[in-house]
Order: sequence, then C-alpha cells, then structure tokens
Amino acid sequence: MNIVVCIKQVPDTETQIKIAGDGKTIATDDIKWVMNPYDEFGVEEALRIQKAKGGEVIVVGAGPKRVTESLRTALAMGADKAVLIEDDGLYGADPLAVAKILAAAVKPLSPDIVFLGMRAVDDDAGLVGPALAEFLDMPNLSVVTKVEVGEGSVTVQRPVEGQTLVLEASLPAVISAQKGLNEPRYASLPGIMKAKKKPLEVKTLADLGLDKAGKAEIAALTPPPARAAGKTISGETAQELAANLAKALREEAKVI
Amino acid sequence: MDFELSMEQDILRKTVRDFAEKEIAPKARELDEKEQFSLQTMAAMGDLGLFGMVVSEEYGGQGMDYISYIIAVEEIARVDGSHAATVAAGNSLGIGPLYYYGSEEQKHKYLPDLCAGKALWGFGLTEPGAGSDAGGSATTAVLDGNEWVINGSKIFITNASTPISRGVTVMCKTGSRDEKRPELSCILVENGTKGFEAREMHGKMMWRGSNTSELYFEDCRVPKDNMLGLRGKGFHQMLETLDAGRLSIGAMGVGGAQGAYELALRYAKERQQFGRPISTFQVNAFKLADMAMEIEAARLLLYQACWQKDQHKSFSKSAAMGKLYASEVMGRVVNEAVQLHGGYGLMKEYNVERFYRDQKLLTIGEGTSEIQRLVIARLIGAI
Repeated sequence: MNIVVCIKQVPDTETQIKIAGDGKTIATDDIKWVMNPYDEFGVEEALRIQKAKGGEVIVVGAGPKRVTESLRTALAMGADKAVLIEDDGLYGADPLAVAKILAAAVKPLSPDIVFLGMRAVDDDAGLVGPALAEFLDMPNLSVVTKVEVGEGSVTVQRPVEGQTLVLEASLPAVISAQKGLNEPRYASLPGIMKAKKKPLEVKTLADLGLDKAGKAEIAALTPPPARAAGKTISGETAQELAANLAKALREEAKVI
Repeated sequence: MDFELSMEQDILRKTVRDFAEKEIAPKARELDEKEQFSLQTMAAMGDLGLFGMVVSEEYGGQGMDYISYIIAVEEIARVDGSHAATVAAGNSLGIGPLYYYGSEEQKHKYLPDLCAGKALWGFGLTEPGAGSDAGGSATTAVLDGNEWVINGSKIFITNASTPISRGVTVMCKTGSRDEKRPELSCILVENGTKGFEAREMHGKMMWRGSNTSELYFEDCRVPKDNMLGLRGKGFHQMLETLDAGRLSIGAMGVGGAQGAYELALRYAKERQQFGRPISTFQVNAFKLADMAMEIEAARLLLYQACWQKDQHKSFSKSAAMGKLYASEVMGRVVNEAVQLHGGYGLMKEYNVERFYRDQKLLTIGEGTSEIQRLVIARLIGAI
C-alpha cells in the first residue's frame, strides 16, 4: 500500500504575525517555520497504516526551498521518500493552483491513499484537500478522526455536531485529517540522522508543465483591530453598581 | 564564518523543544516537589534518542556532533534542570568515559543499553574529602590475584542509584609514583557487586527530580579486566571527561537562563501595575534586555567551544569559559527573573522558583566557578 502525504509549511503557531510592506503578504523575516500540525496527523496515520500493511510513505510539499526542512522532519518521523516542488512564489498562492500542482506531482506516484491536513493553520482555507481529490479524480473524505483500511476500500469517521458520520469509499482516496485522528510521534534523534540519507527529489513547475496562476488573489491583509482597554464600572453599593452597569450596556455598548 | 545551524540541528532543536514542553514540563514541578526520579520520563527520553548522542551507531548511539548534543541539553534545561542533569550526566559522565576509554568488549557489553536509555551509569569522582582537589582521592583499589579490591566512598554521584542504574566508573588510587603523586585509575563496578552499595541522597536544594548517590565500597572485588583503559591514566581520563562535561553544564546554564528569561518576559508583559504592563517600565525593560543579551553571549561562547571540539581543536579554555560564563549568566538571569515576578516568584506554584534553585548547582558541579577561573588563568599563562 503506497501512501502519499501532502505537507504545507506554516509559521509556528506561537509566531507573532506581522503584515509585510506590500499590505498583501506576511513579513517572513523572523518566522520559525513548521509542518502544518494537521498534516502531521496525516504523516502519523500514514506511518501507522504502513506498519500494518507495508508499502511506502512518500511526502510531497510545494513552496520555497525552506519547505525542505518540513519534508526532512517527516522523513525523520519515518517516511521513506520526499518530493519538493520548489517555487518561491508558491507560499500564499491560490489554493486551487496549489491543489493542481500537488495533483500533478502526486499522480505519477500512484498512491492508494493521499493524506493531508483538513486545513492549514495559516490561511485556514481548507480548500486543497477537496480540490486535490477532484483533480486526482478520487473520493474525498474530509475532516477525518478515524481511518480503517479494508480490501480496496476505506472506512472513516467524521465528527459532526456531537454525532459521528461514518463514510466508506473505494481506494484510492484523499483523506484530510482532523485533530483527534492520532497523537503524532516525535522525530527521534536516530530518525533525524537516517533522514539525511533518504531520497528527496526536487521538481520545478516547469517539470510539471504548470504555472501557479490561480483564480483568486489576495487584495489586502489587515491585522485584527487592537483590543480596547476594559471599562471599570464604579459605584458605592450593589444597586448603584448594577444601575451603572445597565446604563453602560444600554448607552455605550448598546447591547440591551 | 557561518552562524547558521545545519538543517538536522534545526530539526533536532524543534523536536527536543516540542518533546520537552509536552512530556517533561507538565511533570517537572511535581517531581521536584516529591524529590523523585521518574522512570517514565527517563524511558521517553531514551526512546527519543537523548542518550549516546555522540556515540557511533555501531554501539547503539546516534552518531551526532557535539553541538547537536549541547542543543538537546539546552532545550531540556529550558523546561527543567533535573531532566537536563539526567541527560547531561548520562551522556558526558556515564557513557563518555566508557565510549572513549573502554575496551571493545566493555563497549559492546554496556553501551547499547546505555544508549537506548534502558540503563544508566555513574561516574564516581568526588569524595567526602576530595572535591576540587580530585587528585586527593582516598578510595583505593589493590590488586589481589585477578581481582581489584576496592575500599572507600564517593559522594554526589548522578544517576548511580536509580532502579535502572547498572554500574559506575570509579576513580581509585591504585598505587603511588611518589609522595605527592598518587597513581589514579578508573575501574568499572557493576551494581549488585558484593561490597558495593549506591545509596540515594535526599534533601537536595536543586535537581530534585534527578538521582544523586553516595557510593560505598567495602572490600568490593571486581575482575582485573574491569580497569577502564590503562592503569594510571585515571586522572587524565577524568580531566578529559570534565572538559567535555563542562560543555553540557554550560548548556544547562544557557537553556536554564533561556527558560527563566522567557517566564520573566511573559509575566512582565502580563502583570499590570500603575495601569500598565510592568515590562514597559524602563527599569524592568532594561533588565529583560540585559538578560537577552547575556544569554546570547553565553550561547555563542558555548557553541564556539563545541565547534572547536567537533573540529578536534583544543577546547579546554573555551569549555571552562563557556561553563563559567553560562552558569553565572543563569545566576543573574534567575535572580532578576524572580525579582520581576515579585511575591509570586517566591512561590513554588511559579516555575521560576525552581529555576532559581536549580541554577545554583551550575557554579559548583563539574568544577566550581573558582576552579574554572583557575583553569582559565593557567591556560592564559597568568599562573
């Protein structure tokens, strides 16, 4: 069973995001980059299935050269091979264009399952999974917290409003991972050393015969408004405090 | 010059940081409070590969460079000194001498389990009456037929009395060349050997989650082949071991200082007094700026020493400087970090209190600050 995991490299969740001078992208100078946490669930699940069923785990990433580190991290966790579609302009590109590029890179690998995170923690678009399934002409199983692989088919679970939806699809299929699917392993130290020797193939968009022209473009990025300071309600007695609070809620906050 | 870490070193730092924050940080305060060594976190650290980091794969090690090892210790120390101590002593003092001076047989016998973190090994140097004056060891080993007979005691020995401790390397007087210069040799003693007892020490101020022991030898007999390396080379082996060990104490200083500084910065930005975060008062902002600067300086000094070691250059002076500077920087940082926390910094509920105590070992263990200054003074020709 061959499994492909698509990986996006995103800013570490503790990074303080600043908007770049162009007003359309984020300033990347002081950012620590990590593998998208949802993609990590995908890597872990792929490694567990591989342990039970055999086969190969191949990780695929698209973006600038720095993405190599996230791919090497996945190799250190235990994946066998990596493919990087290297292009400086791919970070922040239209998710549809990214899905098309990933599809072109994934298709020749003939996977039985393609894993990826249900969304990336940076832009939260959640579009690449479904679009990738469409471009690969495979069933799309989104927001999955449990995977059981059968003979030529897969059964997955998706949490929906306190209920669980059980979905079954034929293989090959695209599965996007939700938190709760598993607890990803650490890249062990021996794993980090072994990863150095594992194959990592670098491709360009030209190799795939594609460009990154998407349908949507980011027009502007603005930070969320700064939080205003809280207001202290004053008063001598409980009655007076309650009256002043009610007055503030009605006249200033205009919520009652 | 190139200040960039390699990709592997970068992945290693992220991995160990992630591990330390998720697996060690939540347990550190309780283990400190109960003065308890945890077999569970020990096993997790072993599984991650934190033991035998610079040992070649042939003996079950990870085959990494020294700077990678130092980064790992730094990242563990960033959340907890006790666990960093277990790792640093395990690698530098337990595994180090066996790997560098052991026979093939000794290496194959002990290293695989030690490198897997399934077993621990101690290094018995300090004695109740011989601390900085390590050459004045009173523990003796006398050859009787095919056995060494050891008598004496050692104190403050890390990792020697845990349930998985397998043995110790003991520095013993095996003869004398003249009045003033005893012949010192290192001998391996397995736990369970008759006449050897490793007794856990309690009531520590710091590193309370790590294991510290007193060792007692009473007509303890071990095979003649348990000699580590050559007879009479003990003092030399000890000096080399401590040179390398100093780098890991330096890493504990840099990592511990980093952890305390981050706690202080976060607290000072959240704590409001006089209607604004206390970090915005210049007197506090400058403290934080000084911390950041000193930590960076200590890290650069330490990494330079590791680089020299990795390049097989002489690193004794840099190691002494790195250890001395990093441990004293951590002293200044924890002092101001507690100060910034005000009354809360005095409470065990706040982690900075533990960092404040754990720091104190660093200016004492593996050569006091005074001994480091002596080493440096000799190496620059002042004495």
